Amino acid sequence: MTPFVAPSLPSFSEVSAVLCLLLIFLVPFAGAGLALINSGLGRSRSAAHAMLGALCVASVAALVYVVAGFAWQGVAGRPDHALVVAGKTWGWIATEPFFLRGLRLDLSPAALVVLLQMFSVGLAGMIPLSSGADRWRLGATCASTALLAGWTYPLFAHWVWGGGWLAQLGVNCGLGRGFVDGGGSATIQVVGGVTALSITWILGPRRGKFSAEGMPAALPGHNVVLALLGCVFAWIGWMALNSAGAMLFLGVEPGRVVLIAVNTILCAASSGLAAAVVTRVRFGRPDASLSANGWIAGLVASSAAAPFLKPASAMIVGGVAGIIVVWVADFLEFQLAIDDPGGAVSVHAVCGLWGVLAVALLGDVGAAGVGAPGLGTHGQWLAQLVGIATLLGFVLPLTYGLNWLLDRVYRQRAGREGELQGMDLSELGAGAYPEFDIHGDDLLQR
Amino acid sequence: MKLAGFLLLVAGWAIVVAAVALLPSALTRVGFVLAGLATELLGFALAVRSHLVLPAEGE
Repeated sequence: MTPFVAPSLPSFSEVSAVLCLLLIFLVPFAGAGLALINSGLGRSRSAAHAMLGALCVASVAALVYVVAGFAWQGVAGRPDHALVVAGKTWGWIATEPFFLRGLRLDLSPAALVVLLQMFSVGLAGMIPLSSGADRWRLGATCASTALLAGWTYPLFAHWVWGGGWLAQLGVNCGLGRGFVDGGGSATIQVVGGVTALSITWILGPRRGKFSAEGMPAALPGHNVVLALLGCVFAWIGWMALNSAGAMLFLGVEPGRVVLIAVNTILCAASSGLAAAVVTRVRFGRPDASLSANGWIAGLVASSAAAPFLKPASAMIVGGVAGIIVVWVADFLEFQLAIDDPGGAVSVHAVCGLWGVLAVALLGDVGAAGVGAPGLGTHGQWLAQLVGIATLLGFVLPLTYGLNWLLDRVYRQRAGREGELQGMDLSELGAGAYPEFDIHGDDLLQR
Repeated sequence: MKLAGFLLLVAGWAIVVAAVALLPSALTRVGFVLAGLATELLGFALAVRSHLVLPAEGE
């Protein structure tokens, strides 16, 4: 193992740095959007718990990331631990000090990376909240987020954004520009999505979700208006996230931010509409909650590919995401008996993987000027496949193993009584809607 | 079955990483990467199957 210095972050003019900073300030809208969607698609008896959970996740994620996460993630251009294999250096973990010591928090790219990541890791942590809705204890949520922000996320983020081995696949192995993921389809969304899958597996389904014959019961979200409003907030946050990420991690010019925003909008719009059309064809009427999921799926898929797509390609990427999300949500529930109330696995994991693949299938990585000078785009699809293999073959077992161990020492699922009572009353002592008698409606199938 | 599934996931990833790190020929590299991914899919299928909820558990 040798110390290794990866290629540096892009250098910014002051105007670019200020633009990037302003974009980063808008990223929390994405988290607000996800929190509203999680709450709206869950049951009324757990609505306050879902929103408080989102705040707790954002807080724990930011704290743990600053204490330890950044030390493992680092930024490109600073020393990391690297393995030498076949004469090539493979950076695998950063060597930054804890508590951001030694880092000047100014308008430098490294400081902007830290700020963006404090929000991004919280965003990744909110994704499993959706799959664990109505049965995931608040304390366990915080502990699980600490594991995500302290280990899983920083490690993979170092490999992709910190100059690690996935980013170096182009230089080391001639695979295009290396693994490319500007806005975090893989690093934020899929990492959060596979953690959500682990949580659904560890927690098991909600009581009453599956009948004795194994048929799933419909447990509709309590407030679709909240979920749809969350889509609008997420839209703003995602445009900022994709743009800031592309500037910081891919070094795209500030002028390309407009293209990124246009592509992000097109992806979300075509995905939301595709989901509405698919549900209209299948069920006779457009399904509001699945259309909301479709909208977010488009945003998720856009994150990796937005800097490299032409607008027409962005529509295709979004349209495919909208179709995938409806089909996968049904497949997970009816065939695999996975109870994922907010659709986190289909939206964030599956459509995130689609976004990563779309970079190579429909994007023009060369046009964006990404990567070290002189690298071609030949083999880009293989680099993206290696990234996907890493998410499935490394991140999923790691996050499952960590959460399984956590469950051994601190039970993650609420008790039977607490679950029947609702997470609001059982964990917070008060409901989100104390003036309304609505719990009876929760158990009715509509 | 659960453990076997997760071990296959990790094994598939190891095949992929070894292929890109050690194999010089593009064709063999692609072949081994696809083989690694197939191994991962097999492991994923096992992991999914081990988590299928029995009807009685869903009550």
